[in-house]
Parts: sequence; C-alpha cells; structure tokens
Amino acid sequence: MTSAAASARRPLTRKSAGGGLSVGIATGYLSLIVLLPLAALVVRSAEDGADAFWNAITDPQAVAALETTLVWSLVVVAINAGAGTVIAWVLVRDDFRGKAIVNAVIDLPFALPTIVAGLTLLTLYGPKSPIGVNAAYTTVGLALALLFVTLPFVVRTVQPVLLELDRDMEEAAASLGANSLQTFRRIVFPNLFPAILSGVALSFARAVGEFGAVVLISGNIPYKTEVASVYIFGQIESDNVTGAAAVSVVLLAISLLALMGIGAVRRYATRHDG
Amino acid sequence: MGRLALRVFALGYLAALLLIPLGLVVFRAFEEGPGEAWEAVTTPDALHAFWLTILIAAIAVPANTVFGVLCALAVVRRRFRGHGLVNGIVDLPLALSPVVVGLALFLVYARGGWFGQTLLDNGMQVIFALPGMVLATIFVSLPFVVREVVPVLREIGDEQEQAAATLGASSWQTFWRITLPAIRWGVAYGVVLTTARALGEFGAVAVVSGRIAGKTETLTLFVNERFERFDLVGAYAASLVLALMAIATLAATTLVRKGEHT
Repeated sequence: MTSAAASARRPLTRKSAGGGLSVGIATGYLSLIVLLPLAALVVRSAEDGADAFWNAITDPQAVAALETTLVWSLVVVAINAGAGTVIAWVLVRDDFRGKAIVNAVIDLPFALPTIVAGLTLLTLYGPKSPIGVNAAYTTVGLALALLFVTLPFVVRTVQPVLLELDRDMEEAAASLGANSLQTFRRIVFPNLFPAILSGVALSFARAVGEFGAVVLISGNIPYKTEVASVYIFGQIESDNVTGAAAVSVVLLAISLLALMGIGAVRRYATRHDG
Repeated sequence: MGRLALRVFALGYLAALLLIPLGLVVFRAFEEGPGEAWEAVTTPDALHAFWLTILIAAIAVPANTVFGVLCALAVVRRRFRGHGLVNGIVDLPLALSPVVVGLALFLVYARGGWFGQTLLDNGMQVIFALPGMVLATIFVSLPFVVREVVPVLREIGDEQEQAAATLGASSWQTFWRITLPAIRWGVAYGVVLTTARALGEFGAVAVVSGRIAGKTETLTLFVNERFERFDLVGAYAASLVLALMAIATLAATTLVRKGEHT
C-alpha cells in the first residue's frame, strides 16, 4: 500500500511527534467518551449474575419490545428499499420543475430533531388528523415514525450510483426489444443492488435504536407498540436499572452486528463496483 | 406512462411523509395567532431551554471538531495498533440507541455509578446537570467530522505535507498551512452535521438531564414536556423553532457543497 510506503519513508521530524499526539488524543477521547460508559453498561448488566441478566432479557415485556423493534425495523427497511430506489430514480432520471428543492428536502429527516419528527407525524396522522386518519398508538404509527427518520438512507446511497450508471447498456437492451421492466430487472437493478443493500443496512441500524420519533406517536403500549429503546427508557424511569442495562446490552449487540453488516456490505459493494 | 407514475409516487410519498405534516406544524403553531405562538416560545422556561440548547452545542461542536480532525489524521496518516478498532468505534454512535447512550453515561456518573460519588464529593454534579448533557451530546454527535474529513484526507494524499516537512516546516506549520486549507470544506460539512445532531438530540439527553423545566430542559425536551402537558401551541411553536434551525443547517450544507466545487 502506498500509505505504508509513505510512512516508512517519512523522515524523523517533529511532524511524527505531532502525529503520535493525534493518535494519543484520538484514542483517549474515544475511550473516555464512548468506551468507558459502554464498559460501565456491560459491567452493570452482569453485576447481578447471569441469572438476573437472563431473567431481565427474557422478561415477556422485554422480549415483546425487542420483537416489535426487529419486526418493524425489517418491515420499514423493506419499504425503504422500494420507495428509496424509486425516489432516487425520479431524482436522477426524471426532470420537473422544483426538482432541486425536492432533492434538498430529502435530507430534512437527518436535520430535523427526532421529537419534532414524531410531533409532525402526529399532526397529520394523530387523533386530530385533518384527513381523518388516526394512526396514533398503533404499529402503523410506529412504522410511519421509522420511515420518516430512515427516509434519506436508501435515496442517498442509490442516487450517486444511478448518476454514474452508463445508459448505453439500457439503450442496447431497449433496442433489442426489452421492455422497461425487463431492462430494469436485468440491467439497472443488478447495478443498484449493492447500493440498495448498503442503504438498507444503514436504515436498519438507525431504526433499531430510534427513540425520539417513536415516543410520541407509537403510544408505547407494552406487548403492542413498545419498542426496545422505549422499554429501556421506561425501566430507567421506574428504577429497574438491571433490566434496563440488560436489554441495553442486547440492543448494543444488535448495533454492533448492524455495523459489521454495513462494513460487509461496503466491502461487497466495492468488489462489485465497475 | 411509467415515468409519470413513478414521479407521482415519489412526490406523493415525500408529500405524505414529510411536506404535508411539516406544513401542518406551521399551521398549528400559528392557529391561535402569531402572538400566542410568540408568547409560547418566549416564556422563561422556553427561553432557558433555547439558550441551554445553544450552550450545549457551543461546547460539544468545537470539542468534536478538534477531536474529529485529529482522529481523521490519526486514522488516515498513522499506522498504529488498534487502527481498525478506532475506525469501528467512531461509527458506533451512529448505530446506537440514544437511550442506551444515556443509560451508559448514567452508570458512570450518577450517584452510585463508577465515578459519580467521587465527583459529587468534590462538588461536581454530572447527571441531572449540564456536564452530563454535554457528554451525552458529544457522544451522539461524535462521528460526523471524522467521517467527512477521512475521505478528503485520503484523496489529497500526503505528498504536499511531506514536501513541507522536508523543507523544514514543523508539524504545526504543516497542519495550518497545508493540511487544514485542503480539508476545510470537509471540516465545514462535518461541523454543520454535528451542529444539527447536537441541537436535535433528545433520547440521550432525556435520560441524563432529569428534565427539570427551566433548569435542565433543552428545546427538544421542552417540546416533549409541553406536549405531555397538553400545551399544543407551545409544543408546536418550539418545534417550529427547531425545524427552522434544521432548515438553516440544510441551507448551510448546500452552501458548503457549492463552496467545495469552486
């Protein structure tokens, strides 16, 4: 690798001392801010013994919350894969007035505070809905909240790939008599697939941990609309720190798996790139 | 035609999920007149929440910016043990539930936590006070500067830096004169994203702050509290303030992108 060669060549100047400092500060900061609290979390979850941990994570309400989290995250991610790809396609291939504004609006869920997102959805899909659709305190409301916060991921991973995609192949397929659906399925989709997968993995990681957007609209009904992060919050409020810590460790493990998934998808995407 | 159907679907989806609900928030905030809305966001508690939010961001964003640049330099320019691990840990806040973050900090700094008692004995309250809220905000907004600067550093390579070093520049001079100007748009973009995340944080801060109105309540917590107390005008008006900040950050990212290409 060139960077390896470069660092072997690097003369012993004060520059390398400064570089050593950057490694020290970076690892120190990460340890203090991120690792120390997470270590405390893991230790606390194990403090009362394996039985207490097992009881906490097999508590029926906790299991139901984890199940709701995983099932609805998967549903939302599947919807995102479709809707996100269509939106990306429209933004790249279609042309209409106001397209630039639509393109800018896609990032809004990243910038908007999650609690505002929840309140926003509740205004249109809550008890005082002007269109008479009340999805508050239902799993539909939960799904809407998760769809809102994860909207940009698939769009933003697919869009650049679609921009780069050579249209010659599609034109060739069309001239050979393929209809647009066949062209999409055989030519476009295989090229987009790694990007879609990447967006899906990012959406999933986000959806699994979501709290702010969900807390107002889902109603947090145990066994029904309560997700894991809301369950943990409730356990902290009612002073069941052991239960909260145990379920948090499960959620932490899911996050780590999701991150590893994202890494794997990225490596897969680079292998299948051009 | 297919093209039109897709366009209608995409725009309809965005309208139903994003634009109509947001428009409705504006409408609801002003439903009882702009005076009411203004009053709702200028109560002492609301103003306190607003300035507390700004204060927390004003501490967290510079801290994460300095760290972000240093960490990106370490990851790209240095080879050290645990390189991959550092890279992975940086991404962790993106995937972790904010409630888990809050609880983890709570277990370190609360009374009965690892350091909580010692710090309290020395007159330092972290949980249910500003330091805890700052730590939570730093945690959740940590990855953005690193993630924006790393690819830029990779792209520019280190030939110029090496040339400067060979010509006798100190590492500090090299950084200020060569590296920083080259990565400035990446840093700027990262700062904007960090700011947006810091201003909007809810879950982690909700756990560590104790949510005391007029004391440890940020603007997002204020929205939640007003909503729970059925003060909808207050909740909507404060939401509108936060939404305007979000739109301002979006506008800033567009400007940064433009700057990048000139």
